[in-house]
Amino acid sequence: MPTTAPPLADATASDSALRRFLHGLPGVDTVGLEARAAALGTRSIKTTAKAYAIDLAISMIDLTTLEGADTPGKVRALAAKAVNPDPLDRTTPRTAAVCVYPDMAATAVAALAGSGVKVASVATAFPAGRAAPAVKLADVRDAVAAGADEIDMVIDRGAFLSGRYLKVYEEIVAVKAECGQARLKVIFETGELSTYDNIRRASWLGMLAGADFIKTSTGKVATNATPANTLLMLEAVRDFREQTGVQVGVKPAGGIRTTKDAIKFLVLVNETAGEDWLDNHWFRFGASSLLNDLLMQRQKLSTGRYSGPDYVTVD
Amino acid sequence: MASAFEYAPAPESRSVVDIAPSYGLFIDGEFTEAADGKVFKTLSPSTEEVLSEVARAGAEDVDRAVKAARKAFEKWSALPGSERAKYLFRIARIIQERSRELAVLETLDNGKPIRETRDADLPLVAAHFFYYAGWADKLDHAGYGANPRPLGVAGQIIPWNFPLLMLAWKIAPALATGNTVVLKPAETTPLSALFFADVCRQAGLPKGVVNILTGYGDAGSALVTHPDVNKVAFTGSTAVGKAIARQIAGTDKRATLELGGKGANIVFDDAPVDQAVEGIVTGIFFNQGQVCCAGSRLLVQESVHDEVLHALKRRLTTLRLGDPLDKNTDIGAINSAEQLARITALVETGEAEGAERWSAPCELPSTGYWFAPTLFTGVTQAHTVARDEIFGPVLSVLTFRTPDEAVAKANNSQYGLSAGIWTEKGSRILAVANKLRAGVVWANTFNKFDPTSPFGGYKESGYGREGGRHGLEAYLDV
Repeated sequence: MPTTAPPLADATASDSALRRFLHGLPGVDTVGLEARAAALGTRSIKTTAKAYAIDLAISMIDLTTLEGADTPGKVRALAAKAVNPDPLDRTTPRTAAVCVYPDMAATAVAALAGSGVKVASVATAFPAGRAAPAVKLADVRDAVAAGADEIDMVIDRGAFLSGRYLKVYEEIVAVKAECGQARLKVIFETGELSTYDNIRRASWLGMLAGADFIKTSTGKVATNATPANTLLMLEAVRDFREQTGVQVGVKPAGGIRTTKDAIKFLVLVNETAGEDWLDNHWFRFGASSLLNDLLMQRQKLSTGRYSGPDYVTVD
Repeated sequence: MASAFEYAPAPESRSVVDIAPSYGLFIDGEFTEAADGKVFKTLSPSTEEVLSEVARAGAEDVDRAVKAARKAFEKWSALPGSERAKYLFRIARIIQERSRELAVLETLDNGKPIRETRDADLPLVAAHFFYYAGWADKLDHAGYGANPRPLGVAGQIIPWNFPLLMLAWKIAPALATGNTVVLKPAETTPLSALFFADVCRQAGLPKGVVNILTGYGDAGSALVTHPDVNKVAFTGSTAVGKAIARQIAGTDKRATLELGGKGANIVFDDAPVDQAVEGIVTGIFFNQGQVCCAGSRLLVQESVHDEVLHALKRRLTTLRLGDPLDKNTDIGAINSAEQLARITALVETGEAEGAERWSAPCELPSTGYWFAPTLFTGVTQAHTVARDEIFGPVLSVLTFRTPDEAVAKANNSQYGLSAGIWTEKGSRILAVANKLRAGVVWANTFNKFDPTSPFGGYKESGYGREGGRHGLEAYLDV
């Protein structure tokens, strides 16, 4: 069962208690939230700070391939890149994880054995999550059995939007129970939740249910991670730890493609949740093309000139 | 403050602005020395470095400038509005083109962070000129009857907190309506007005339409009392505003006064807390709190007092105080030693009267004028820090139990310039806003400015409105 601390233990006692709790959270003012995210986006991160941020960002990437066309060869190539992102510079940090579909988890586990790079597997009928509960749990069991270190589940957005919060909660609890030692990332698909109030409620719902990470999106819809929704989720994990003592990670995913973007997210982490989250155990980027941009910027910092796309590897 | 993620210095380049060692008065389109040859120095408040030496205007210079403005008035006021608009549009465009230079200049002379001059002051300055440029040929439709006439020569005195922005608030509507102006910037921040004089020349503005006199209160007094000045526009302290009102009593001079404030920022228990905290910070720490409409009184509902205070203090520890030219600086320098002394004295009074002081932990630079973001808790309506305008980064926190009590406390002030309401309940916003006696009421935001919106005060915060359609009235003979 989730490690819900006493002050919040009765929040999940019934559907109505959960609804009362989630709707009792402070509202989110859209204009103010977006203005704060934009203001933090103007931080100017230069020289030593930039070098630190680039290496940190690389180390936080869940290098991801989630395509119908994925093959074992493609997954092995990605795994090799995760372990050795820049063949020209062995001081480059490894990425945090490789993120794949469950049927590719075993391939990834074999390719990454002993590297320290984790294997994350999406599950629960990712990305739509529209399958029978038993099927979703079987999906999770498969991934865990294949050796995945981390499970990225999707919530039932239909249930959430129709106000059946306890159903969403219980499903997360059930998935968590299947995870064993694997850390659970709970994906809200913020682009489908549509309001910031909903994103705050989903964040607390996920944390109450035992999420190890809360994650913005699947990368499969029009709106994925944004500075504003990530800022909101960082506020949620900060407040949750203050109330319960339990630290939860955050993973923005989808749409983060440039070093500049990644650094803006790290500034959000630094000035909202704080430095305890500046570590790949607590913050991740769900991304693929971001890595090459970070590598090119890293080369620029060390050599003083831009290299170009032929000096980083294609996946 | 100390974090694994230390931001390296990111200073904006000083080389984008070329400050001359000395400047004259700008009269009749030319820079000229003061008649008596007097000068004074202007400092960078963050380093106490002398930036330049500028002419100090006296009564004789005021007379010369008013005469130049009077001479220019005849032709300027006779121009079709569409022609005056062209000059104003040109000025607005030049300001945009030179915005980086002007932002750095303003930061050097005023001490405020480059982030603010770059992202707030300069865009608003340009917007103000664009906005009033648009009115110049539409005055028939402003609601003051057909062909409303200008007043004549406007004597304008502006403060040091937003030097170029206050200049824009004064000059743009005056010129759009066909007046000519003599403007005196504050003695601690004369430079951006002098650069604006250069912008006027660049725009080809006819001589004498804009005259800039740098100097002290004596020059301001001479300007206000000059018999050929038709209109006085002043932004500054209530004490000086009252003195001006006395000086022009019994004359036919028109006046608008924009004076002090002690804005109440009211946080209800159903407020969006994270954004309210940002709004409180923006309300009182924007421009080091040296803002007449600052939200310097936080009225927070008792039931959320602890939660809001905890979040606010946590947020204040992340504020970055230091070199105003660093792009990551949130809190810059206090404008002058005099202002710093005033803030310090009022904070000492607050402590002596028993309010509990808390200051954000930050290291203050060893040179220049600095004050750490500070708040007082346990403040009541009887405390000096709840009544007097501090004009610095000092927030007084009071509590209330009911909406009526919030309104009563908010209105219980000799001032009435600004107020803020934080609640997720729309009907409460409307109900409370209607009862607040403040010229501007912000809902779920604070210190948001727009040239289309009129601005001005109730009670000792002054009279007249600047900005928007209403702002035209102050410069029209209606």
